[in-house]
Amino acid sequence: MAKKVCVVGVGLTKFGEHWDRGFRELAIEAGVKAIEDAGISGKDIDAMYIGNMSGGRFIGQEHIASLIAGELGLNIPSTRVEAACASGGLAVRQAYLAVLSGKHDIVLVGGVEKMTDLSTADVTTTLAGAADQEWEGYYGATFPGLYALMARRHMYEYGTTREQLALVAVKNHENATKNPIAQYPFRITVEDVINSTPVAEPLNLLDCSPITDGAAAVIVCSEEVAKKLTDKLVYIAGSGHATDTLALHDRESLTEIKATRLAAKMAYEEAGIRPRDVDVAEVHDCFTIAEIMAIEDLGFVEKGKGGKFVEDGETKLDGSIPVNTSGGLKACGHPVGATGVKQISEIVLQLRGEAGERQVKDARIGLAHNVGGSGATAVVHILERGW
Amino acid sequence: MKLDGKVGIVGYGCYVPMYRIKVEEIASVWGEDASRIKNGLLVEEKAIAGDDEDTATIAVEAARNAIKRASIAPEQIGAIYVGSESHPYVVKPTATIVGEALGVGNDYTAADLEFACKAGTAGIQMCLGLVKAGMIDYGLAIGADTAQGAPGDALEYTAASGGAAFVIGRKDVLAKVLATASFSSDTPDFWRRPFQHYPRHAARFTGAPAYFRHVGGAVNFLLEEMGMKANEFDHVVFHMPNGKFPLRMAKMLGIEKDKLENGFVVSKVGNTYSGSSLLGLCATLDKAKPGELILLASFGSGAGSDAFAIEVTELIEEKRELAPTFEYYLNRKVYVSYARYAKMRGKLKE
Amino acid sequence: MPHRSSVPLAWRRFEARYRLVGNRCANCGTVYFPPKAICPKCRRKGKLEKCQLKGEGKVYSYTIIHAAPSGFEKRVPYCIAIIELDEGPRVMGEVVGDLALLDIGARVRAVFRKIYEDGEDGIIHYGLKWELV
Repeated sequence: MAKKVCVVGVGLTKFGEHWDRGFRELAIEAGVKAIEDAGISGKDIDAMYIGNMSGGRFIGQEHIASLIAGELGLNIPSTRVEAACASGGLAVRQAYLAVLSGKHDIVLVGGVEKMTDLSTADVTTTLAGAADQEWEGYYGATFPGLYALMARRHMYEYGTTREQLALVAVKNHENATKNPIAQYPFRITVEDVINSTPVAEPLNLLDCSPITDGAAAVIVCSEEVAKKLTDKLVYIAGSGHATDTLALHDRESLTEIKATRLAAKMAYEEAGIRPRDVDVAEVHDCFTIAEIMAIEDLGFVEKGKGGKFVEDGETKLDGSIPVNTSGGLKACGHPVGATGVKQISEIVLQLRGEAGERQVKDARIGLAHNVGGSGATAVVHILERGW
Repeated sequence: MKLDGKVGIVGYGCYVPMYRIKVEEIASVWGEDASRIKNGLLVEEKAIAGDDEDTATIAVEAARNAIKRASIAPEQIGAIYVGSESHPYVVKPTATIVGEALGVGNDYTAADLEFACKAGTAGIQMCLGLVKAGMIDYGLAIGADTAQGAPGDALEYTAASGGAAFVIGRKDVLAKVLATASFSSDTPDFWRRPFQHYPRHAARFTGAPAYFRHVGGAVNFLLEEMGMKANEFDHVVFHMPNGKFPLRMAKMLGIEKDKLENGFVVSKVGNTYSGSSLLGLCATLDKAKPGELILLASFGSGAGSDAFAIEVTELIEEKRELAPTFEYYLNRKVYVSYARYAKMRGKLKE
Repeated sequence: MPHRSSVPLAWRRFEARYRLVGNRCANCGTVYFPPKAICPKCRRKGKLEKCQLKGEGKVYSYTIIHAAPSGFEKRVPYCIAIIELDEGPRVMGEVVGDLALLDIGARVRAVFRKIYEDGEDGIIHYGLKWELV
């Protein structure tokens, strides 16, 4: 069943604070770029899936899948996909399944979020909507707070250090300096992270991904169509999706994201590979602790040893498994609904050898890992070079 | 108003928030001489509610303790009265918040009472009446406040937070209420109009025509009714707007000072308004022996006083162990600065 | 945020939020708090019954929140924790009291507190917090 679906085009806006541009401008820019990159025409598109977490809260706009189709002058099936911060990854999966089923040949996947129109407190509250509102949000828990609870527990159970958490941010900022779309393309130090403003102890401001406007788009199509468009085929070799309880307190463990483990297993089995086969990975580092747990749950390193793995430089650009070459959510930016699509774009660029200064040498297999909320949704995709 | 000697207190409980501010800390803000204030008011520090506490939360905590001592199911309660001058809502009862939090069910009557600092004792009288009439088995009366004092006002040194709750019934009574008497008149010595944050008071007018006339009057009515002399009581608790007033009242009534000792909560807690005399009663019950007589008199500006003659029964010894004592709450404390106090009590405005 | 102003949304949870009534599956014996709509272990074979929890437990993990959501801005800094109740379930809530005692494993008991106010003219939301003992 594997190796039937390809990604032929990617499009990204700059990630950051787009004071002068709205939701629709960002969505259109990314979509047009992806169409151009694929070398197709708008009328070739059979359907669209749009990852968006909270148009309703961020800009008061629902019904955004049709909004984008309408702006493009298309009357094709267009579906919004929502799974909090995993909306983008899940939209890619819907496109993958649609093409795999044979129903559609060419599908545009968009991910878009316009976040900066709200105050920080209202953004915090909106993002908290991905948590259990009645039993977490009610008591004043925030998203950084939920990850801080995981961080505290990870430090308690495995001796993960404050410095190891900081090193994740330091590395991702370093990578962002090599990514033209990154929101924060500058270097930071461990001291900068440790001395930054506390947000939810033990996490500080520089442990957290920012508030970002941005959009990403990819064109997903059948192998048959892809072969007509390009010689550099990039396959979606495996796709996994798993869920867990929304509320963190209902989970068996605070130190693993079970949904990640299960989604990864599904994707690895479908692709017929093992974690060690992965050459480059984009993982969901909404907070520094999230990247440490992700590399453990994805099987790159044993549970509890993620902090040391980062400290040893294994996840750097020249390490054994480069992680978040784009700068990750931390430094490239995190327009929530766009993130999962951006991750796929970054992996496609890496596999095509088009990642510029941040290119991982001879990357053949890439992995994208997108998480919703505090881990109630995880989506894992494995992409493979076809030449 | 003599009772039948069977109705009384079957459970009591108090609650004092953990935060304290010292007179010195407040005095330093206003350039006042702390020792002069302490000597004048006989108050050293006061209890203040955290910013997540209000009269409803204080009432619930006190009521939970009272129910533990009563050893009854919450559903057995037929009436809830919460007396306060700082109800969280102007319209919407505190009493139903208490009922829901305790799990009383829906088969009960409830009301919020306001009579400055004596609304809690008015609730006790209402419960006594309902129980004596056989209309309910148990009634819950609570006096609680997060008392307000305007920044810089003399009241700021004393206005405190706390409360006490009493389950009134006729089965397994730990203290019988032998009689109660009230003295009421229209004497506006202290008031707060709608939409005002802080009360106003008539300064020295609060003394002779208000506090002393009403407390003295209620006690005298009670003594006449009972055919007793003030000095026959083993313990005495008067409303404590400061330390001076109750001591002077005792002297005027010929009561020895040491009889006020167990219930003299004002020096370390301040004036908890509707909770004041009732916290004193809790502290007294924590120490009293079976057979002893307690004289309680509240005072509410406006003005009125409710006096009670209470006889402690054998059950007191086992019941007092069932919930935290006043002393537990007294020792559970964290001192805060004036700045933090201002933040916690909502005195900071944007 | 509009949902914070909804009275029925809050009102239907008073029993659990005010006095820690959870549920217990008569089939597998698992105690749930917050109460579940279905036993996730037994699903249709399960039989959920109301269950009063004692309100005692210990801190499983904690954080001090400095950046608060709307409605909680004036409470910062405050401590959010996951509490492991003696009956088994874990629950999210705020820890209050003498925070010098705060640590993983520290004992707490439920206390009735104000959670947040819906502005100056909306309802006051009450519930349980966890006081260090």
